[in-house]
Amino acid sequence: MSAATEIVRLTVNGDRQEVGVPTHFTLLETLRYALGLTGSKQGCDKGDCGACTVILDGEPTLSCITPVWEAEGRTVTTVEGLASREAPHPLQDAFDLNGAAQCGFCTPGILCSAAALLERTGDPTREQIKEALAGNLCRCTGYTKIYDAVEAAAAAMQNGASVGGASG
Amino acid sequence: MKAFANQNARSVEEAVTLAQQSLQGGQSVSFVGGGTDLLQLMKDRVVNRPGSELPDVLVNLKTVGGLDQVTPSAQGGATIGGMITLDALSQNALVRDRFRVLAEAAESVASPQIRKAGTLAGNVCQRPWCWYFRNGFQCYKAGGSVCYSVRGENQLHAIFGGGPSYIVNPSDVAPALVALDASFRVVGPEGERTLSAADFFVLPRQDAEHENVLADDEVLASVELPAPGSGMRSAFHKEMDREAWTHALASAAVVLDMDGGVVRSARIVLGGVAPIPWRVPEAEALLAGNRVTPELARAVGAAAVAGARAMSKNAYKIPLARSVVERTVLTLATSA
Ligand SMILES: Cc1cc2nc3c(=O)[nH]c(=O)nc-3n(C[C@H](O)[C@H](O)[C@H](O)COP(=O)(O)OP(=O)(O)OC[C@H]3O[C@@H](n4cnc5c(N)ncnc54)[C@H](O)[C@@H]3O)c2cc1C
Ligand code: FES
Ligand code: FES
Repeated sequence: MSAATEIVRLTVNGDRQEVGVPTHFTLLETLRYALGLTGSKQGCDKGDCGACTVILDGEPTLSCITPVWEAEGRTVTTVEGLASREAPHPLQDAFDLNGAAQCGFCTPGILCSAAALLERTGDPTREQIKEALAGNLCRCTGYTKIYDAVEAAAAAMQNGASVGGASG
Repeated sequence: MKAFANQNARSVEEAVTLAQQSLQGGQSVSFVGGGTDLLQLMKDRVVNRPGSELPDVLVNLKTVGGLDQVTPSAQGGATIGGMITLDALSQNALVRDRFRVLAEAAESVASPQIRKAGTLAGNVCQRPWCWYFRNGFQCYKAGGSVCYSVRGENQLHAIFGGGPSYIVNPSDVAPALVALDASFRVVGPEGERTLSAADFFVLPRQDAEHENVLADDEVLASVELPAPGSGMRSAFHKEMDREAWTHALASAAVVLDMDGGVVRSARIVLGGVAPIPWRVPEAEALLAGNRVTPELARAVGAAAVAGARAMSKNAYKIPLARSVVERTVLTLATSA
């Protein structure tokens, strides 16, 4: 069967997009191959690793197993949309300062899960952070520095560090 | 992934009609909820409906209005739409309050991302996660005539009810629904039928290819929960080989109807150990009319696994299932 295409309308990192993609595309394929946003990683490509996590209407979402039609009319934030023009997102700063990324492959997905958490819960406990990141595998860091970084970012945001990107 | 077309259904009846039209036109079709299981199968080129091809058409049930609601019934029970997400199910106040075992089971599934996309019906209908099946082996579940786990790597396979296939039912939600004595409303071309959760799932010896009674053009529309008795309390507990994001090695869904400190009746259903949610009536019977002591809980655990038969590499599941039952019963009966 030749691939049918459809037009999907969605807002990505603050920009309204109309994009024609094959109907069987996932949200991840649409972001990476139709919109050129390669920050979201295609790791396992089947829901096992979390590297493709984006924020869909405020919720952390595995874009590799999300059919693109699910995103019709909705708002997506990817790792590219977290920073503002002026400054990185406080999470990005904290990951840098705390050494929370090593190879970095998991980082875009983890930043999205963490950013969605901090939108809902400004001052999360360590348990809440662990739970929010339970769907993101990291094979390098052992997670401790990631949890430290999310705590540091939460503290910075409580103290007024601004979130300028599309998620803010 | 193979190319496919998407059809958004506006009602359950329309979904059935769309599926029928595709089938009649010679196309293979699957219903889809969150797609968290189906898309993975399709990417791995594992056929979802045995005897069929990879789907040409996906009929989307998430677009059916109102299928994601929890509706209380006048008698104190509830109807839950099949397309409610596991996340919404686990957080629903009525479910948490009256049907705790279901909320806890939904909460224990996979990861936050999967609970936000995956649905109740999709969870109940997910295909087995046997590594042979998922990796393209032509086993019973793929329409073949062998279960590779019997002489192979059967660490995660069944200790009850196996043969000829030894898969385990992977759903955390299913044992909770059987323990709550839920009914499933199924809609198909001939109209709708309601059957008990226990009759929905089928053993491989009845049908080696399918895990439930659904035909290719039938939709699991909703689940009905009977009103809980005044002394009902319930809990779900799951053992995994890591802390999160994986299926149960063994789990227990326990529903107790208590009269003060005495158990009037009990329902205990195991997950992760059999091709269907596995009820253990002998263990339930030990509880009826009694006060739960640590000794009784131990006896209940032992009775629960009395009929278990280990395969070559999964004997560990027997003590694991026994202690999950023992601990869940004891904690539930003796908690304030
Ligand atoms: C990494 C990972 C870990 C997981 N861990 C767990 C776990 O710990 N516990 C657990 O219980 N599950 C686990 N799962 C499975 C997950 O919970 C299911 O994939 C999810 O619940 C399926 O819901 P869905 O709506 O996405 O289903 P879909 O993928 O949309 O559908 C699943 C199947 O059900 C059929 N179907 C869906 N809705 C209906 C309907 N209404 N009527 C008839 N057929 C229907 C589809 O055709 C398909 O065959 C895990 C999955 C992954 C990827
Ligand atoms: S790439 Fe989506 S979960 Fe691994
Ligand atoms: S930094 Fe390498 S996987 Fe997380």
